[in-house]
Amino acid sequence: MTDTAWIDAALTSARPQAVGALLRYFRNLDTAEEAYQNACLRALKSWPQNGPPRDPAAWLIMVGRNVAIDEVRRTKKQEPLPEDDQAISDLGDAEDELAERLDGSHYRDDILRLLFICCHPDLPATQQIALALRIVSGLSVKQIARAFLVSETAMEQRITRAKARVADANVPFETPGAVERSERLASVAAMIYLIFNEGYSASGDTAEIRKPLCEEAIRLARLLLRLFQSEPEIMGLTALLLLQHARAAARFDADGAVILLDDQDRSLWNKALIAEGLALIDKAMRHRQSGPYQVQAAIAALHARAEKPEDTDWTQIDLLYGALEIMQPSPVVTLNRAVAVSKVRGAEAALEMIEPLAPRLSNYFHYFGVRGAFLMQLGRNDEARIAFDRAIALANTTAEAAHIRMHLDRLMRDSQPRGKKAGK
Amino acid sequence: MLYAILCYHDEDTVGSWTKEQDAEVMKKLAVVQDRLTKQGRLGPVARLLPTTAATTLRKDDPPLVLDGPYAETKEQLLGFYLVDCKNLDEAVDVARDLGAANPGGAYEIRPVGLFNPGSVAR
Repeated sequence: MTDTAWIDAALTSARPQAVGALLRYFRNLDTAEEAYQNACLRALKSWPQNGPPRDPAAWLIMVGRNVAIDEVRRTKKQEPLPEDDQAISDLGDAEDELAERLDGSHYRDDILRLLFICCHPDLPATQQIALALRIVSGLSVKQIARAFLVSETAMEQRITRAKARVADANVPFETPGAVERSERLASVAAMIYLIFNEGYSASGDTAEIRKPLCEEAIRLARLLLRLFQSEPEIMGLTALLLLQHARAAARFDADGAVILLDDQDRSLWNKALIAEGLALIDKAMRHRQSGPYQVQAAIAALHARAEKPEDTDWTQIDLLYGALEIMQPSPVVTLNRAVAVSKVRGAEAALEMIEPLAPRLSNYFHYFGVRGAFLMQLGRNDEARIAFDRAIALANTTAEAAHIRMHLDRLMRDSQPRGKKAGK
Repeated sequence: MLYAILCYHDEDTVGSWTKEQDAEVMKKLAVVQDRLTKQGRLGPVARLLPTTAATTLRKDDPPLVLDGPYAETKEQLLGFYLVDCKNLDEAVDVARDLGAANPGGAYEIRPVGLFNPGSVAR
């Protein structure tokens, strides 16, 4: 891993804790963020020379706090600077001390507070999630825009508006009451799901670097579940993330190319994560209060329970996607359902199902990848090639593009004899 | 006499271990377990899933099923060993060896009254 890659990964995974703690100190989101940014700038200078600190988050919190206090003092012209400069340069001992004080429950409360502030009820749901992704997870505007399937400019505006509203809203710093907390839970859950997705959708070459995102999302989900032990949807969310993440080791080949579910070496799936995920979805089902996370976790559980791809209960998966379509109508859900339909009723029926989605998914990589695959199964190779070409143009990662290119190569091989004839 | 050694630790801490750190601890514990196995003293060993996966049945009338673990403490029951020991001192020694391999948390040592090795295939 290059210096910048591990520093990026370390900064990304330390961010929720660091910004959360700085927010507790300063009680102002802008100050906290600025302090964190300043600390990051110093980290970029210091870490490549001095090596990574033992606890990056503790380092960032301390440096961020000192820099911000400096800033305040400088503007107030109250105290001379040397003392604080010394504190910043003398990090070794101070870090130990600070790490001691950052006990587990403290930082989790910090993260939770940060999440809840981003989920302020004055903000529409999409702004809450975008803001939290930006502030808590530190994702770039481009990454967030991709996750939301909107343009970068639109997302930039959304985040700017959200920040302004949170700043004006005078967010209270006391821990919210139980009722208020539950109301915000859905937004926080959605945001955690998106954090996970950012890590999960990373391609082979960056998957390892972005894996802390998946792990952080799982940690946050478990934390939420511990606070809301009887919320079936939080059980469902946690189960979903665990079951998806259990497949991490089997999802890419040595070159970083995507391996589809059917072709994965299932012995590489993490059995402990699967067991935990299955236990949680079983627990959730007992409540008989279905919800989108539980349904998605139930789908993931059916995959996890199949020892061989041909054991997969596609009929049940089709039904579950049908339920999800009703709860959460979305062209992407229908697209996923179509894959199950292709297994149960064939590619013709599946193709028919996704045809009406074209206008809404005209810029969606997976739409054209799936469409191409259906067309290929039906032997409509020329149309398949057009779909795959479009998919490559829309690919977000090199692994996605490489995967589609593999299909194209196969199409080329299959159609070569005919191609020669046509040439002569 | 069979002794149960119940493993308590802060779940947040254990949950924050990287995969590598976790594997390192398990490797050290395996050394202690191997020795006990060779002496024919090691019974079933279990590592439990996180308490978020736990369900509690309260034996009220009618019984009440609750989400979560039974005890709400900072340190949770994460697993247990069954070890054959002559007396408590021996059991404490085994716990001490395990503790050296995996510091932090606590072990609760309880004599086993009834033992059924069970028939569950691994």
